[in-house]
Amino acid sequence: MQRRNRWLGAGALAVIGALALSACGSGFSSSSGGSTGGELSSSKKALTVLIGSSGPAETSAVTSAVSSWSKTAGTSAKVIAASDLSQQLSQGFASGKPADVFYLGNTDLAGYASAGDLLAYGNKLPNKSDFYPSLTKAFTYNNQLYCAPKDLSTLQLVINDSIWQKAGLTKADYPTTWNELESVAKKLTTKSVVGLSMNGQYERMGAFMVEAGGNLMNPTSTKATADSAANVTALTYVKKLLNEGVMKYSKDVGESDGGQALGAGKAAMTVEGNWVTGELKSDFPTVKYTVVPLPSGPAGKGTLVYTNCWGIAKDSPNQAAALKLVEKLTSESDQLAFSKAFGVLPSIQSAATKWKSQNPALVPFLDGVSYAQGVPASKNSAAVVTDFDSKLETLATSDPKTILAAVQTNLQATLK
Amino acid sequence: MTTLASRTSPRHHRGINRGEARSGWLFTAPTLILLGLFLVVPIFMALWVAFSDWNGNGSPFTSAVHFIGLSNFGSVLSGGGLDEQNFGQALRNNAWYVILVVPIQTIVALFLAVMVNRQILKGRGIFRTAFYFPSVTSSVAITVLWLFLFSQSGAINNVLGWFGINGPNWFNEPSGIIQDGLAGLGVKSGPGFLTGNSFLGVSWWDWIGGPSVAMTALIFMAIFTTSGTFMLLFIAALQNMSGEVQEAAMVDGATGWQRFRFVTLPQLRPTLFTVLTLGLIGGWQIFDQIYTGTQGGPANTTTSPAYLAYSTAFGNGQEWGQGAAIGFIVFAIIVVFTIVQRVILRERKVSKRRMRLYNLPPSARDGSSNDEDDQGPGMQAAVGIATESQVNRSGGTV
Repeated sequence: MQRRNRWLGAGALAVIGALALSACGSGFSSSSGGSTGGELSSSKKALTVLIGSSGPAETSAVTSAVSSWSKTAGTSAKVIAASDLSQQLSQGFASGKPADVFYLGNTDLAGYASAGDLLAYGNKLPNKSDFYPSLTKAFTYNNQLYCAPKDLSTLQLVINDSIWQKAGLTKADYPTTWNELESVAKKLTTKSVVGLSMNGQYERMGAFMVEAGGNLMNPTSTKATADSAANVTALTYVKKLLNEGVMKYSKDVGESDGGQALGAGKAAMTVEGNWVTGELKSDFPTVKYTVVPLPSGPAGKGTLVYTNCWGIAKDSPNQAAALKLVEKLTSESDQLAFSKAFGVLPSIQSAATKWKSQNPALVPFLDGVSYAQGVPASKNSAAVVTDFDSKLETLATSDPKTILAAVQTNLQATLK
Repeated sequence: MTTLASRTSPRHHRGINRGEARSGWLFTAPTLILLGLFLVVPIFMALWVAFSDWNGNGSPFTSAVHFIGLSNFGSVLSGGGLDEQNFGQALRNNAWYVILVVPIQTIVALFLAVMVNRQILKGRGIFRTAFYFPSVTSSVAITVLWLFLFSQSGAINNVLGWFGINGPNWFNEPSGIIQDGLAGLGVKSGPGFLTGNSFLGVSWWDWIGGPSVAMTALIFMAIFTTSGTFMLLFIAALQNMSGEVQEAAMVDGATGWQRFRFVTLPQLRPTLFTVLTLGLIGGWQIFDQIYTGTQGGPANTTTSPAYLAYSTAFGNGQEWGQGAAIGFIVFAIIVVFTIVQRVILRERKVSKRRMRLYNLPPSARDGSSNDEDDQGPGMQAAVGIATESQVNRSGGTV
């Protein structure tokens, strides 16, 4: 009897608790009906800015930019560096009190946008046309530009200078075609050094797909194009390099990524993004390197671009102020300051000339954005890419066509 | 119901009982409210999410969220898509983890406990502390330590190098260790009936391929950290045993091994049950090592259903219902395994034939006090087990 009473008590508690929580729930739901084309919400409320920071340099740069805006605009704003950005964002969206402005990776856009978490403010940006087209495409979902690109990163070919010179190569030998890449990789490969090394992932080798005229999806991630002939050509080329022994995955030379392999002198060349400069500076300060454009493939130049944007929450009570803040944060002066502080590339074309003069050695990275393509961004595509990566581990012994056919099926499933 | 029960029953008892019941409820209320609010209610909320199409925006209890039946469970358990394949892979990884971790950590813990419990061992306190130390260290800190130890140029590979062994790139190596072993013997690909057929989107050849090298490093870590915890449970049980039984066995001429096998081990059965149950539950819930260490990589070979539930919900798919559904499938797995184990390890009645051996005539019963001593701690421990396993089961749902 005692026992049953206890269970009844617990049951009653559960019911009461559920009722209480659902009552709260109905309170949240009132704000989720706003349409994207309408007026922006406006209030005196302070803004919260949630960022996925790479370290103290980034946090303090963003904090000082936001606080200087705060002073002139008269709206107070607080910057929070997230320990797990997607988790904290999700919690905010579920509770109905999300951060007003936040970092948003382009692969996360579709998931949040389809759930109705985001404000599609792209058309309200006065400098919309100043952003690189490959970036605005990456943040377009259902034909709407959702947010302002914050920065960008591209992949290029990074060369270890001392290994290059030791092999008797000069500046004139920097490869510009796939054939040249293969032949210099052969020359550079010795017992202890491999010519070319990179992570065995789509996130690096996808650049070859773009050079061959393909990619896993179209630029707006609305169509799967994984099984195209161009992609087969690209993977067949990489497979050839692997089987010739002139290219190795970074894990096979015992390093976690191409930058580490290059710095440790285990690889002469690697395909990496502009973040590699910071990595080499801190881990291998004495290693000299040169960044050159990736060699052209059958379809010309190509590379992958990674980008984040400044998302604004649909549930934000102060969207108008949030938009003003984003305009300031994507302005030329702020972007150049961010670039100086933590090495990102500016997302607006008008800042390019000044940035290039400040960073002459890294120019190929910024030039890459004109011919770069984004990674798949449809909802659930991240799982497909992870699965693709796991299949690429054994590319040397498997059939590129079979791999790509499976990816095509999985990507199509994400579009339904 | 409560009032009815308290109104009818006290008639037969003393009047004070009614007040006792009320104050009983009063004193248990804080715990009941806390448990209800933070355990029972969230479980029911998650259950609803598992059957709904909630997309993470706002409360799951609004009219915009619909009941969609078993479709979340369906997509991870069937359908042939990537969801099923990822779940199968996670289940495979975790099954190998449990198969290796649970028995090994139990044996190691028991071994350590017996060693540390020996009277002749000097500095027992130091050893006890040393073995228990990994258990009180945060698993995140140990994971980071492990990443350094098992890196390509880490300490483990250096030590292996002394013996001329070229150590693997532990946390970057996705190949299964059984498949690696077979490849060493010349078997590079499995027979057709294994590679051609699959369960949950993973081929049978991969199911039996063993944990990946990366997962093996995590298995070592689990054994290293949890053996100390369970050693403590075994020590407690060992110290609760009366020395007289041991002495009696010695007088009967039992060897050290026989005393352990036929005297000590049977008395440890309740503790063994606790350790195995806790190990099983912990094993099916691995999350923090993966979250801080490998993020499921390389090639998804260190994902666990618990981690998959997290990444499905919070990842770029935002599949909250599916994440919750995976959580409840894990819950079901744990419950089933615990019940099976309970059935296997239950105290069986001694068969009548064997019982006859012990049915001594009353004249010879002067040695019977020994029997009672023997039962005392066992009974106590058994009671402890019953409550402990109840706690475990409710803990398993979190």
